[in-house]
Amino acid sequence: MRRDILILLLIGVTSWVCRAARADDDIVIGEFGSLTGGTATFGTSTDEGLRLALDEINSSGGVLGKAIRVVVEDDQSKPEAAVTAVQKLISEDHVIAVIGEVASSRSLAAAPVCQRSRIPMLSPSSTNPKVTAVGNFIFRACFIDPFQGAAMANFAMNNDKGPKARRFAILYDVKNDYSVGLRQFFTQTVKANGGQIVADESYGEGDIDFKAQLTNIERAAPDAIYVPGYYTEVGLICRQARDLGMSIPLMGGDGWDSDKTFQIGRDAVNGCYFTNHYSPDEDTPRVKDFVAHYRAKYANKTPDAMAILGYDAMGMLADAIKRAGSTDGRQIRDALAHTKGYPGASGNITMDARRNAQKPIVILKIENDQAHFVATVQPDAAGSGK
Amino acid sequence: MPQFQQFVQQLINGLSIGAIYALIAVGYTMVYGVLRLINFAHGDVYMIGAMTGFYASTRWFHLQQPTWAGFFLVLVCSMLVCGALGYFIELLAYRPLRNQPRIVSLITAIAVSMLLEFGGQAKWMFGPDPKPFPDLIPGVEAHPDLVHMGQLVIGKVDAMIFLIALVMMFALRYVVRQTKMGLALRAVSYRFDTAALMGVNVNRVISFTFVLGSVLAAVAGVLVGLRSPKVDPLMGLLPGLKAFIAAVLGGIGDIRGALAGGFLLGITEAMVVSYFPKGSEYRDGVAFLVLIAILVVKPSGLFGRAVQEKV
Repeated sequence: MRRDILILLLIGVTSWVCRAARADDDIVIGEFGSLTGGTATFGTSTDEGLRLALDEINSSGGVLGKAIRVVVEDDQSKPEAAVTAVQKLISEDHVIAVIGEVASSRSLAAAPVCQRSRIPMLSPSSTNPKVTAVGNFIFRACFIDPFQGAAMANFAMNNDKGPKARRFAILYDVKNDYSVGLRQFFTQTVKANGGQIVADESYGEGDIDFKAQLTNIERAAPDAIYVPGYYTEVGLICRQARDLGMSIPLMGGDGWDSDKTFQIGRDAVNGCYFTNHYSPDEDTPRVKDFVAHYRAKYANKTPDAMAILGYDAMGMLADAIKRAGSTDGRQIRDALAHTKGYPGASGNITMDARRNAQKPIVILKIENDQAHFVATVQPDAAGSGK
Repeated sequence: MPQFQQFVQQLINGLSIGAIYALIAVGYTMVYGVLRLINFAHGDVYMIGAMTGFYASTRWFHLQQPTWAGFFLVLVCSMLVCGALGYFIELLAYRPLRNQPRIVSLITAIAVSMLLEFGGQAKWMFGPDPKPFPDLIPGVEAHPDLVHMGQLVIGKVDAMIFLIALVMMFALRYVVRQTKMGLALRAVSYRFDTAALMGVNVNRVISFTFVLGSVLAAVAGVLVGLRSPKVDPLMGLLPGLKAFIAAVLGGIGDIRGALAGGFLLGITEAMVVSYFPKGSEYRDGVAFLVLIAILVVKPSGLFGRAVQEKV
């Protein structure tokens, strides 16, 4: 009898202590991303950038007098898991807003949940236009693929620093909304500029052998290959293309941006180009500042585009909460929609009518196992920034 | 690129893929031959082989430069680990159920497969992130081509895969036909009970079969790691299924069938991608179409004989 009372007392005290330990006066924000899986660096980089911003915000007093607490959920690079992650964040952690995801497929999976629950969702780097079309609670801190695909097509055909190609082959990921979208926009611009798509091959995320498709591409004798996929497959594709003796440049989108591209692709990626949100060797004070702080916090690691966008997304959201003056979902949403000229590290961010950011694209070339800045494309120039 | 050259190139691509399927298929076919069991966990033994290769070369031995010694060291490590794994899977998961209806062993096999796949994804095991398999063969990084005639390329790694597969097959053939253990294996495949009555240590033969199949799967794992340097815990799922289909195609239970089925399936895949419009989207589906076709047309497979069930 005495032992039972003792046990009940222990349980009671423990749960009371746990309740008291839960900080009720923090602002809770949810973050979901691919911390593990085939696109793990996307999630971990975003998280690192986000936490850098979080530290800065909280150490300067937080927002509305409260600290911000971020709850992270890993979706393991799977769209189904993205849905459950967001559901958990909304219903169990009672977040007032969500930051995520990088991959457009996963953002598309999670967005309807956020829209239905009237929780604002801010994607740091999803570029497929369909994401923000889900509803008025869905935003993004980056440019969209019609712009990205067109920018690369224009660069590849017209820019002197590019391959000056006219005949293109495409090798895209058929399981991936991002890749499918980019292929479409790239193709449109190539054709509009009088170029030709001489080969159009596909693969699935997770494939490891691309030689059959690459052999087909080789037969069509293109000047360059557009590979708008994610870094794991891209690394393998570059290697196998070189193995087959193909020396033409390969090109891609921001899905290439990861240190794993170099680990898997090794020197096969030299001579290739990709479009991205920023370049670490950009000579602006904001980028330099960000890179310095990031390196200080993360053992001299160089931040990639996902990191800087994670940083800007967190900053943008905190700024919106401040302007809204409340933690109500609708008011935060309105404040986000009215974001004008937010001074992000990756550039000034202004939300357009479709809740996309109008930002320039940088084109990078890989040489000596490193990505170097080659050119910038402003939103108006490519003609499809709207 | 002239038509014929492209055809030959795709043939080479197909043979490389097919060699891997053949190596894995042999394991399926031998186990089926002795136990009439489809060891679904075999594809994951191949995965463990690749993973062991990765850890051996990067964590255990810190191989900085590719050397032949290093490569063989990693290969042997892999073979030992998978051989042991195959032995213990049989001992702990299948042997206790040998007298049960076969469906029970089948379900267990699937369970072991899932255990390896999802257990492998746990953070304290391999984690779900794909890992970059290092270069182990000297001379490949700088000059990956063995033969380069015009636009036709035979890569060093692909040639090695094909050769090693052939060597392993010949070694296996020798073991099965010229050694006592091989004789025992054939006896057990032919008639399980009679072999036991004739004094064959059936348990030892079965363990041997599992170990042999697993060793070949380990070799396949390391070779694939060299060719497509991305290894992750789920990498055995699809190749395992395709190797099983290859074994059925060639006639399950017949080792020549596994070889033939593997190469045939590999070449078919390469040809479908090459010559069918949108072929690359059907690449994986083709294998299953082949399975249905062979089961409808000749269920005993290419080399198999129709077995009469005498009532």
